[in-house]
Amino acid sequence: MASTIRVRATSSGETTEVQALIQHPMDSGFVKNAKGEIIPPHFIQQLTFEYDGKAVFAANWGGGVSKDPYVKFAFKGGKKGDELKISWIDSKGATDTTTAKIQ
Amino acid sequence: MTKTNDGFALPRRVILQGVASVALVGLGKLALGVAPAFAANDKYPEEAFKQKSVDDAIKLLYGKTAEKSDKVKLDAPEIAENGAVVPIAASSTFADVTSISFLVAENPNALVASYKIPAGTVPSVANRIKMAKTSNVIVVVEAGGKLYSATKEVKVTVGGCGG
Repeated sequence: MASTIRVRATSSGETTEVQALIQHPMDSGFVKNAKGEIIPPHFIQQLTFEYDGKAVFAANWGGGVSKDPYVKFAFKGGKKGDELKISWIDSKGATDTTTAKIQ
Repeated sequence: MTKTNDGFALPRRVILQGVASVALVGLGKLALGVAPAFAANDKYPEEAFKQKSVDDAIKLLYGKTAEKSDKVKLDAPEIAENGAVVPIAASSTFADVTSISFLVAENPNALVASYKIPAGTVPSVANRIKMAKTSNVIVVVEAGGKLYSATKEVKVTVGGCGG
C-alpha cells in the first residue's frame, strides 16, 4: 500500500535538510460541507522524525495546519544512504510510518 | 486515544491544572538531552490546542509568557490569497532553541503547530497553515527556558477556516 508520507532528505555533509508532504484531510472541525453540516475534526496530532534511534524533530499539530501538510526542517549530521523514520498519529488514532533514505 | 496512550487516567480538571507543569518537565528533559525517545512518549497538549486566545494557548503550552525579540524571525506573506494554505516559516538566532510554535490570533483555535527542536536540529521550520481571516501570526521560540516571540499581520483574501 502506498504510504501517505513523502519525504525528501538531502545531506550536504554537515546538515541534512528534510522536506515532508503528507496526504491527510486535516479537517479542523470548523468547516461546513455543502449541506451545511459541520465536517467533524480529523487531523494529524503528532508527527515524529527519527534518525539513528533518536528523535530529530517532532510536531504537535492542531486543526489549523493546512490539508496535505508540508513541513521543512534540518538537522546536523545524517549520512547519505542512512534511513530516516517518519511516523504520524491523527485525532482518530490512525497512524502511518515510513522510512526514507538520506540522499 | 491520545488521552490514554501513556497510561494517564487523570480526571480532566487535574490534567488542566497540571498541563503547565507537565510541559515544563517535558521541556526540561529535552534541554538536558536525557530523553532520546521523547517524541514517541510525549503527551499531545490537547488543551493548549483548544484555546481561543493566543495568551491562553501559550500559557497552557509553556506555563509562562513570551517577550518580543528581534532574534526571532517570522517569514510570512503580506497577503495570502488563499487562507487555506498560507506558507509560514520561522527561525531564530538563539543558540539553545528547544521549541518553535505557530499561532494565529483570529483563528477559532489560536495554536496551530508546535515543534520540538532537539539538540542538533537547526532552529528553523517551514510549514503551511490555515487562516480564517486577516490576522496577526505569532511565532514563539523557546530558548534557554525562556520564551521569545515575533508577530506579523497577514492579510487574507479568502478565508480557510470558515464555512
